[in-house]
Amino acid sequence: MSDASSANAPLQTTPLHALHLELGARMVPFAGYSMPVQYPSGLMAEHVHTRTQAGLFDVSHMGQLTLSGPQAALAFESLMPVDVVGLAPGRQRYGLLLNAEGGILDDLMFVNRGDDLFVVVNGARKVADLAHLQQRMGTQCTITPLPDQALLALQGPMAVTALARLVPGVTSLVFMTGASFNWEGVPLFITRSGYTGEDGFEISIAANQADGFARALLAQPEVLPVGLGARNSLRLEAGLCLYGQDLDTTTSPVEAGLTWAIQKSRRSGGERAGGFPGAKRVLRELTQGPTRCRVGLVAQERVPVREHTPLQTPEGTSVGEVCSGLLGPTCNQPIAMAYVPRELSAAGTVLHALVRGKPVPMVVQAMPFVPTRYYRG
Amino acid sequence: MSLKYTAEHEWVQSGADHVTVGITHHAQDALGDVVFVELPEVGKHFKAGDVAGVVESVKAAADVYMPLGGTITEVNEALRDDPALANSDPLGAGWFFKVRLDNAADVDGLMDEAAYQALTA
Repeated sequence: MSDASSANAPLQTTPLHALHLELGARMVPFAGYSMPVQYPSGLMAEHVHTRTQAGLFDVSHMGQLTLSGPQAALAFESLMPVDVVGLAPGRQRYGLLLNAEGGILDDLMFVNRGDDLFVVVNGARKVADLAHLQQRMGTQCTITPLPDQALLALQGPMAVTALARLVPGVTSLVFMTGASFNWEGVPLFITRSGYTGEDGFEISIAANQADGFARALLAQPEVLPVGLGARNSLRLEAGLCLYGQDLDTTTSPVEAGLTWAIQKSRRSGGERAGGFPGAKRVLRELTQGPTRCRVGLVAQERVPVREHTPLQTPEGTSVGEVCSGLLGPTCNQPIAMAYVPRELSAAGTVLHALVRGKPVPMVVQAMPFVPTRYYRG
Repeated sequence: MSLKYTAEHEWVQSGADHVTVGITHHAQDALGDVVFVELPEVGKHFKAGDVAGVVESVKAAADVYMPLGGTITEVNEALRDDPALANSDPLGAGWFFKVRLDNAADVDGLMDEAAYQALTA
């Protein structure tokens, strides 16, 4: 996810724009779109509702595209430190587009749909991503943007109950799988995934059918609309990165702690080791360790510690700044993520955040801050 | 008792020898769920416009300004323990601090209800 948005450009709207206004959403610019930051129930209630029931998110600003042709998987794999070729049909995986220095251009999700790869990228990065893919692999496969598809996320422990009333087949999905379904004759492509740490689904649907489907979901007793504000607090509690804030072109996947996304086949000694942009740095950091690491931090006082808050050692040496931070509504304490030198990244390390000039002790803690509850079958 | 208002979305209520200060309904609505407040020290003197406190929601932080020059006589400890009072009762139990003004007549220079409504319309 990304919060970058270009100033002054006219804002785009999603297919659910009229519904957001009707629901009383507060709209803000995000990734070049007018998006709901919260609805009348408010961020806190929306956050808690997603953790206990089910929240409906409009994520139609995100980029959807397909890659097709016999070389599509191999070509896509040449741009990421990720095993694409070996992904079984129906399975979904997290991917990272890298630049030549091993910095992250974007993070994304992709599914092997058998006939093609279905890819979802960040809204603020979709134009740049498409240009990058066209330039780097446009001759090897067919790249098809899907601007006429909306994307909805239904997240929370009751998401499956609510969605299964409309689309009974979704109960067969487990975390990080996807399949085609239909609702009253409308084709849907649904994955069991999301960005809240909860069980849930992401649903791709034709833009002109999205309003009706969203209303059908909101008619379910478990479902409330949830805005970007709660999406941010939910993902941070789950320890998930926001592109543009926690990841950018200077951070490598290893620094970001995303080594779980780099399968064995792409590492040194693997069947298709290296061969992706920035491989030299990424493979070196995998064996030698990075110089800095993304860590989770929990404040020892009840003071929110926000992005860009400076961090220092208890002795006063500056070590960086917070990249994401807020008072976690579920964990009920101030949480943050930051990049710190590797020697200060061990759990239990104490750092001081300078909040309005005053040092607030924070302790490095393993993430997620709230246990994830994905459905693995 | 009628309230006076500042352009920074604070309300001021005159008492016998002090004024009470809080944030307006409009301010708490714009901030969203308040999760933290930082209140000034009792006894501290501020000029009008100085930052006297902080109010934070999950998504945003905002300064609370001293509406008029004066000395802090009391702060709302209940608000420190339950910052959500700023949302649920911004003009009552969610008050921030009390001030002994340098010049009690300064209050007359603040906006009245109608002027503040016009500002936030």
